[in-house]
Order: sequence, then structure tokens, then C-alpha cells
Amino acid sequence: MRRRVLASLGLLLVVFGTFAQSPAAQPASPEAAPMQDILQEHAAIITKSSRKTIGPAIDAVAGSGLGSAQRVLEAWQAKEMWQRQSDGLFFHAQKTDTGYDLIDFDSGESVGVASKDALQQIKPNSGIRALLAVALVQFQLSDPDPTRRAEALLSLERDPTSGALAPLRTSIPGEGDPVLLANKQRLERLLTIAYGSSDEERTQAIDDMAGDLGVDVRATLNPLLVTTRKVYEGALPEGVNVALRLTPGGERLSRTEAYALLAEQNLAPAPVTADDIRTTLAAHIDGGYVGGVPLAQLSDPARRIAAYEALVDAQKAAPLLTEADITDLLAAYVFADIYAEPSTAVTEAANAALRRIETKVQLNQTLDLGLDALSLGSIYFLAAIGLAITFGVMGVINMAHGEFIMMGAYTGYVVQQVIPDHTLSIAVAIPLAFGVTFLAGVALERLVIRWLYNRPLETLLATFGVSIALQQLAKNIFGTQARPLTAPDWLGGAWVLNDVVSISYIRIAIFGLALIFLGLFLFIMKRTRLGLETRAVTQNPGMAASMGINTDRVNMLTFGLGSGIAGIAGVAIGLFAKVTSELGQDYIVQSFMTVVVGGVGNIWGTLLGAGLIGGLQKSIEWLNPSNTLAAQTYMIIFIIIFIQFRPRGIIALKGRAAGD
Amino acid sequence: MSQLLEVSGVSVTFDGFRAINNLSFAIGSAELRAIIGPNGAGKTTFMDIVTGKTRPDAGRIRWGDKGISLLGLNEAQIAREGIGRKFQKPTVFEDQTVQENLLMALKAKRGAFSVLFWKPQPADLERVRALATEIGLEDALPLKSGTLSHGQKQWLEIGMLLAQEPRLLLVDEPAAGMTPAEREHTTAILVEAAKTRAVVVVEHDMEFVRRLDCRVTVLHEGAVLAEGSLDHVTANKEVIDVYLGR
Amino acid sequence: MNRSFFARNPSVLVFLATLGLATLVITAASEGLGLGLISTSMVKTLGKTLCLALIAVAMDLVWGYAGILSLGHFAFFGLGGYMIGMWLMYERTSQIVTQNLANAPIPPTAEEISDAIGSQIFGVVGSAEFPLIWSFADSLVIQLLLVVAVPGLLALVFGWLAFRSRVAGVYLSILTQAMTLALALYLFQNDSGLRGNNGLSGLQNIPHLDQVPQSVLSVWFLWASALALALGYVFAAWIVSGKFGSVIRGIRDNESRVRFLGYSVERYKLFIFTVTAMIAGIAGALYYPQAGIINPAELAPVASIYLAVWVAIGGRGRLYGAVIGACFVSLISTWFTGGQAPDINLGFYTFAWVDWWTILLGLSFVLVTLFAPKGIGGLFDLIATRNEETQE
Repeated sequence: MRRRVLASLGLLLVVFGTFAQSPAAQPASPEAAPMQDILQEHAAIITKSSRKTIGPAIDAVAGSGLGSAQRVLEAWQAKEMWQRQSDGLFFHAQKTDTGYDLIDFDSGESVGVASKDALQQIKPNSGIRALLAVALVQFQLSDPDPTRRAEALLSLERDPTSGALAPLRTSIPGEGDPVLLANKQRLERLLTIAYGSSDEERTQAIDDMAGDLGVDVRATLNPLLVTTRKVYEGALPEGVNVALRLTPGGERLSRTEAYALLAEQNLAPAPVTADDIRTTLAAHIDGGYVGGVPLAQLSDPARRIAAYEALVDAQKAAPLLTEADITDLLAAYVFADIYAEPSTAVTEAANAALRRIETKVQLNQTLDLGLDALSLGSIYFLAAIGLAITFGVMGVINMAHGEFIMMGAYTGYVVQQVIPDHTLSIAVAIPLAFGVTFLAGVALERLVIRWLYNRPLETLLATFGVSIALQQLAKNIFGTQARPLTAPDWLGGAWVLNDVVSISYIRIAIFGLALIFLGLFLFIMKRTRLGLETRAVTQNPGMAASMGINTDRVNMLTFGLGSGIAGIAGVAIGLFAKVTSELGQDYIVQSFMTVVVGGVGNIWGTLLGAGLIGGLQKSIEWLNPSNTLAAQTYMIIFIIIFIQFRPRGIIALKGRAAGD
Repeated sequence: MSQLLEVSGVSVTFDGFRAINNLSFAIGSAELRAIIGPNGAGKTTFMDIVTGKTRPDAGRIRWGDKGISLLGLNEAQIAREGIGRKFQKPTVFEDQTVQENLLMALKAKRGAFSVLFWKPQPADLERVRALATEIGLEDALPLKSGTLSHGQKQWLEIGMLLAQEPRLLLVDEPAAGMTPAEREHTTAILVEAAKTRAVVVVEHDMEFVRRLDCRVTVLHEGAVLAEGSLDHVTANKEVIDVYLGR
Repeated sequence: MNRSFFARNPSVLVFLATLGLATLVITAASEGLGLGLISTSMVKTLGKTLCLALIAVAMDLVWGYAGILSLGHFAFFGLGGYMIGMWLMYERTSQIVTQNLANAPIPPTAEEISDAIGSQIFGVVGSAEFPLIWSFADSLVIQLLLVVAVPGLLALVFGWLAFRSRVAGVYLSILTQAMTLALALYLFQNDSGLRGNNGLSGLQNIPHLDQVPQSVLSVWFLWASALALALGYVFAAWIVSGKFGSVIRGIRDNESRVRFLGYSVERYKLFIFTVTAMIAGIAGALYYPQAGIINPAELAPVASIYLAVWVAIGGRGRLYGAVIGACFVSLISTWFTGGQAPDINLGFYTFAWVDWWTILLGLSFVLVTLFAPKGIGGLFDLIATRNEETQE
């Protein structure tokens, strides 16, 4: 109720406004108004707004050569062209508070405000708007504003039309921006492939683009090669572009398929299937018999046929076709895959170009696979490097290592809850995760592991107990749903080499991190006092102790270091995987495999092991891309077999030092 | 004289370190032999090679009357061929009784299924008792061997070796950590054993070697330095250099 | 010989008597055949517990006696379950399908029946074809053989590869864990032929025994499980009491010494690994009809580690320890994680057993490893030595 009052008040205002301003609208000069003339000339069809008849009007405006043509088309397309009912003139009208501000197309100046009642809106339907869009392309492509030009180009790329080819070509010579120019030239080639006027022109364009890896090139070429399977009586007609002739019963077309094709086109009776037979038989049960065969015998397929034949003889069922019948029928027809594209030259060129592109794509895919493998390998390396210290150097098998990775990831999550800035929070999270897991590692070593040195199986079991306790603890604290650990925006994108090869920045960062850790590990082990003492303690604890090394302290620090690195790895892994309490579990077996395959006690071995496992998993995934589960299965089987031949890993310690 | 074991031209390298260097060695079928040498002379590695624990890089090892090669065999097969080995540190199965230890070592079929269905016959138990008496452990038969003294463990291990009825016994420092009385007993056991089979004793202790009263082979840097009676080798200038010079 | 065996191992008789008595008591209290004091689902839980005790005995043989910490025996258990599950599911589906098709106007052909069973079983993974591994699913005898043969063969091949290259200690543990993971991941696939992550279900319905109510069936399975456990226990006790037992314990304590005694350590390990895998298969085949469903998650590596936990808590190296550990820990875990245990309200925090039980279990496991390496079974030894001392 209240609304209606307001609305009528608004209307009153509008009407009043129109009257108040109308004298000022008069002075529009009648001379020099060429655009208005053109519009008036086609006024009938413009107001009629039919897709079928509108053509001449749009052509007249677009081809007028007037600077205002673009404005008219745009206003028209945007439903902002209105006709003044009093004199039939067309204006660009924009709604204001008081009514509609009328702008003259020719002068581009306002001629006053009119009320809605005095105007008639031109409402082009979607068909007309599409035509307008095509007509507009040439203007937008040459628009002085480069962003407008880029937008026009983009919309054309997304939705190429045949009509856009000519305006595109005209816009190229005047293009000043080198990037846009290149894009335009590229699009021109693509449009030529699709809509070029002559076969020569099109094949030329296809050849020009043959080496290009862009998805758009393939998207342009593929439709040219779309085929439909067709049946012709007797022989192939002239003038069809045959992709492949098919022989029924051959590899590409089985007899059943061929016959089904005939039946589909009513060239042969529908085949009688086993289901049909059963239904027909069921429909003709007659006192325990069908066609003279007792029901009980019908579980035998041969008796079923006999019963059916009897029904056929009684003309109660469609006859079964014998193989010979089918052969005869098929022989009377020619089967072929036919290109929708009529020109043989074009399809041949497209085929050749696609083959060349395919080879190149495969080459690049191999490169991409290599990058993927490298990235997966560095993830494994990152997960395994802490283990390379605790297990590889110290010989302590820590089943809770995965949970340290998880703790690191959760630390990152908690930090992000406190510090919203992603870059800063990651920078804080990394040392904090190291600290948290370092302490956890030291606690584990002090409380559990040090009592179990030289009893590896007990260590395995006790740390497993810790592992399940930590996992459940994480579940109790953080719940079972995955928590996000968001990477900073500058790590968000991907480094795109071409449409085939790309790698996300996060993975590059992880690769870098893995390299840093490798360096750190080497530095600590080879260049620091702790590394020296660690090596001494692990090789001969008794001797090390008697030389004044505090073995307890060294073991504690080394284990803490290995655990701390697991925490940092957790932050890195959490950036691309969901943080759950089972995060660590997913990596623990692979991590141990990495260390074992690489050779215990050797960091280069761990590196090679990670590379091998990552590469292997990616290659298996590539061979069977639909199934990553299978990839892991086969990878583990491979590792089991690998260990047969190199029980001590890729890089093995030899001689007495290896121990037993 | 036909040799029981003939090692010729054997070499082995660990990470560039030549532990055994073109070593040749032979022993007859009923002979007691002592091997002496300074630390790192390759004594233990030599035993590792003969018993199949370490594979040599080069050389031949011939065994028995038929002169079969031991190089293709694993530890268990070599043991079954009749070579018994006693380690430096007494290694008996401490969780099991003396009787169980001896029964396990007793010469019998070693296959898993024969062992599964094996039951001790009175003769076997008698043999175990006799062995226990020989090594002075007849009263300890039902005891867990972990409760034995160090010397008793050494004897038990020698007893287990004898129970295997090997044709060659390799004994690594049997007298280490023993009291003089225990040494006496050990010497007697070894000398007795050598009457029916070949016994090689690796030993540091010259006094013990002197008591064994047998041929001595001196190893140095993985090769034989000298061989002969103890008096003969101790008079050798090179041997003196090796033992005293450095 | 038997007399002397039992005479030498009085604990076996004690165990058999206890097991028999427990079975009788449960039967007398069951819903199906007794007073109805124990619910059918509880009888099933107890029957399943006996199966877990059986695999724990196997685990004790391979780990407690032979020193091979296998983290893969639950995979063998699961495989046994899958093998019997295939028959149960096939036969049951076949019964239903045949019944349904019997009402069809035209009697079905063999192919139609097979297609119908196929689409019934494999519809969930978008297939109607019978995979090759189901070739013998219609034969109970063959599937029963496979219950033993498939785990046995896998253990034989895997063990041969691993022991031959002298993979031992923690490396072997990790490798067996990897094997388990590989198997579980494989079974998770839809085209594994075993219905992917849906697993096999409806196994509690025993074909041709439709008339027997679940309450009675559950008691029958309890008996079968008790019998299997008794036989497995006696078999294990027989193995470890003789010279074979000496040898495998020797392998556990000093592998190379046994080798120098002339025993082919690898063969013994392979033997015990394979035999225990077969026992695990049998245990699984009895377990899953009582559980009703088996899916690849059952084979997850963590299950095998829990098995080691039971044996360790019960006390390894003694068979009754394994049984005690499996029964005690699995029953108490069921009770706590099943939500039956009352939560403790501390005012500021409600202590929910469901949430905290796993943590306590993990920590108690650490404590047992650290302070009581002999587990609960060690207490019996303690009592035994006390008695001896007082008698003297």
C-alpha cells in the first residue's frame, strides 16, 4: 500500500519534470544530422525489431562511416535507444532522477529530459543483439581505448563468428599495441581456418598454425574433423568428404553395430534380441507350452529358439534373421565416416596439422610429467628428510614422524587463525612449527626412545603408540574435518610455459625448500660440531662417549632437529594438501620407502630415492591416468622388487661399517 | 697329503681397504692350527670368508676330498658341509636350556619339515649327555644357558660345535676372558677334538698358543707372513717387526 | 606322543579347558540356545574376538617366537575374509536371483541367471561382468581352499623375495607394511574385481541356512571360532615346543648363529611366515561372516599394527599372552569406542571415552613397551615364580 503511494508520487514528479524542462529541449538544429537520417530511413524495420528483416538497418548504420555509428549500435544493443513519440526521432536515452535524458546521436549532446510516457523504447531481441554485437566488433576492435580493444578481442576469442573475420582484418593495419596486434593476427588466422572464404586461404592458415601448442588452435581444428557415420545404398555418392570407409565385421565396425545402423535408419528390420525373444515367448504362453515347447524346457537357449521359430511360423512374431540374411543386407550398403567439412584439402591439412601438434604436445607432456615428477619427488624428499636424520643417521625408527608433519601443518593453521596476513603468517609459522616439533621430538626422545636404543622393533611399536595417541589428540582438538592452510597470494598462480606445460608456484617453492633443506642438512652434518658429534655417536657411541661427547645431548638434539624439519615439511605440505589428523599417515610409508630405497644413512640416497619414487609414481599415473590408486599399488610392488636387487638401497654403505 | 681345506689367492676389499690380500692357506683333515697376527691382520675376515659370511673378490676355496668350491654356497650350506665356527663373543641361545642348545646343534637333518617332525631319540639324548660331560656341563643341562658363567658359555659353544660333528672347526679366541683353570680345560677340549678333525684356532695370547703345541700361521695385512712351529715363527725377523716394531 | 606333548605343556590343557568352559558359558547364556542373558550381537562380538585371538596366536608365532615383526598379517586375515565372502555373496545372491526369476513366465537360461547375479553384485561398481577371480565363487570347497591358499601364496612369494635378499628387522616391518598398503589400495579400486570400497556385504546371511535365526547362527560361529582357536593354539604350541621352536627362537635371538649351525634361516622364516599367514586367513574367514561386511579399509596398515599392539600388551613369546592381549584389548576397545562407557563430567570438561580411549591406548602401549616388555603374560610368570619360591 505504502509502496504504491510512493510510486505514484514518483510518477508525478517525473511528469512535472518533463513539463518543466521541455522548452529547453527544442533548440536541436534540424540541419547536419546524417545518422538520424539513416535511422529515420530504416525506422520501420528498426521499430519492428525482427531478426530476419533488421539486416539492412544495421548494415546501413555500421557502413555509414560516421563516427557516431558505434554509439548508435551500442545504445541499441544495450536497449538504450528510444524513439520520441512526438516526432519519431531516435535518441540515446539515459535514465535520470527526473526522467530520461535524451542525447542526440549526431551531436552527442543532451537535448533535454523527457518523460517515459513520451518515449518508445527500442527492444532488440537476443537475435538482433547478436547481430549488433557482430556489427560492433569492427568498431570495438579499432576503438581508441586499448582495454576496449582487448575486451572485444577476448569476447571474439571466446565466441568466434564468421562475420567478425572481415572487421578483424580491417582493424589489423591500424593496431598500434604490439601485444594486441599479435593477438589479433593470431585470431585472424584461427578465424580464417574456420570461416575463410576459399580452401586455399584456409589450408594456408592451417599450415601457418600447425606448430602451435595453444588449446585454441586444437579447438579450431577439431571441429573441422568431426565425422558422422553414414550409410549409403550401393556406392558412395560424389562430393562427400570421406574420412574412413568402414567394412562391417572389421575392427572399427562390428556386424552388430553395422546392422544396428541400418535398423536405425529403417533400412532393415529391427534386430531380434534375446530380450525380445523372451518377451515374445512370455506373451504367447499357451497352457504350459509356447509354440509347442513345454515351458520347463525354455531354460535351454536352443529350445527357446525352436519355440520362437514356431511362433514365427504361426506369424505371431517377427522372423529371426540368419547370419546369411544379415550378410546380404550389409553387402547392399556402404558404410563410411563422413566429414562435416566438405573440402578434402582442408580436412587433410587439418589432419596433418593436428598430427604435428600432437607430436609436439606429447613432447611437452613428457616435459610436464618430468616437472610433476620433480615436484612430487621434492615433496617426498621434504617429508623424508627429517626421517633421513632420525632413521637414516640415528637408526631410530619413528612411526610418529608422520604425526610431527601433521603437527607442523596444524601449527601453520593455528598461526593463520591469529595472524590473518598470509605472507606474514607463513613466515611466522615456519620457525614456530620447527620449534613445536623440535620440542615434541626432544620430549619423545627423552621420554621414550632413549630407553629403547638398539631395540628397533620396540622403538617402532612404542612410537606407533605415540602416533595413534597424537592422531586422536589432533582429532579431539581440531575435529575430523579438513582445516585450510592458505598460501599467500603471490604463491597462488602457476608458471605457464605454454598450454601444456605449467607448474604452480607452490610446487616451485616446495622444490626450492627441498633444495634449501638439502643444503642445510649437508651443512649441519659436514660442517658443524653437532653433525660431527652425531656421526661419531651413531657410528660408535661408546668411543664417542669416552672422547668426551655428551651422547645423550647429541642424540636429543639430533632427534629434535629431524623432528623439527618434519614440522617445517608439515607447513609446506599443508599449503597444498588439506590439513587433517591423517595428513602424516599419508606420507609416512612413502617417506620410509624413500629412505630405504635411497639407502639408509646417505642423504644423496634419500634425494635419489625421492626422485625415483616421485618419477615412478608419475610415470605409472601417466600410463594409467584414471587410476592414482593403482599407481601407488604398482609403485610399492616395484619397491619390493627393487629391494631384492639392492637390499641396502641405491647408495649402500659397504663392508663392516654397514653392520648386520 | 690331501688337504681338507685349501684357500688360494683370496682377496677382499672393503671400500678400498684390502682386508685380505692374495691369501693362501691349507689345512689337513686331522690337524690343529693356530692363526696369530696383530689387530687388522684379517683373521676374522679370513674366517668370514671360509664360512661364507663374506664373499671374496678373487681367489678359490677348495673343500674336502672332492675339492668342491665353497664360493657358491651360503653360510648354512657351508656349515652343513662340515665347517663349524665359534665366535669371539660367546653366542649361545640364552633364552634356551643347555640341552635345547645342544639338541639344536646335534648333527641331524636341517630341513624345516624334518625338524618340525623330529623327536629326540634315546641315542640323541645320550649323545647330548656325553657332550655335556665332555665340556663339564652335565649338571647344567636343564638350566637356561643365559644363567651360565662366561667360561661355561664358551664351553657350551664349543660343545655345540662338537655336536655338529664338523670336519673343520674354526675357533675365534676361545680363551678370552677365562681363568687359568678354565683355559686349561679349553686347551684339553681343543687338543682332543683335533685328533679326529681339523681345528683352526685364532688367538692373540701367545701363552695359550704355546700350550696348544701346534703349527702356527702368522697373518699380517691380509696375507701369510710366516708359518711353522711357534718357536720357528717367533724367531722370524719379520714377525718380530710386525709384533714389536710398530 | 600326544600324551607326552600335553604332559610337557600343561598350560595348553589349562587354556583348552578355559576356552571350552567360556564357550559353554556363553552358549548357555546366549539368546539362540540358552537363557538369553547375552544378546546375539554380543555373542557375535565374542565370536569375533576368538578369531582375533587366533590371528594373535599366529602373530605371536611369527613375531614373538621367530622375531619377524610382520605388519602385514591383517592383510592375510582380510584376504581370508574376502575369499569366503566371495562364496557367501555369490551363493546368497544366486539364491535370491533364482527365486526372483522363478516367478518369471519363462524359465531363465543359465546365462540370464549369471548376468542377473553379476549385475546384482557388481552393479555398485558399474559392471555386470564376473571378473576372472570369481571363477570359483560358486564352489564352497574351492573358496575354502583359497582361504588358506591365497594368503599362503602371497606370503610365500612376498616372504621368498624378502627373506632371500635378507631383509630383516625394521626393514622387513616397513616392507610388510608397504605390502599391506599396496593390497588395500588395490582393493580400493573399483576394477579390482572385489567391489572396490563397497567391499563384500551381507556376509552374515549364510546361504542355505535361511531358516536358522541369526541368534543360533551366532552361537554356531562362536563354536567354530572356538574350535579353530583351540586347534590353532595346539598347533602353535606343538610347533614351538619342539626343536623347530628352538630353531625359530634361535633365529629371533641370533640369526647368524643359527645359520652357522647349518640351518637355512630363510627357509624357516618363510615357513613360519607362510603358515601363520594361512592361520590368519582362516581366522579372517571365520571373522567376517560374523562381522557381516568386509571392505578394503579393514586391511589398512594400522590394523596390522594394532595386532602387534595386542600381542605386545598380552605378552609376546607366550601363546596365552597373545590370546589374553587380543581378547582384553579388543573387547575393552569395543566397549570404550562403542560409546557404552559412561562419560566422566569433570565440570569444566566432559571426558568422553570415545575421544580419549585411543589416546590412552596409545600411551599405555608406550608404557607397556617401556616398563613391561613381557606384557600381561609377564604377570603370570611373576606369580608362577612367587609360587615356586613359597613352595621352596
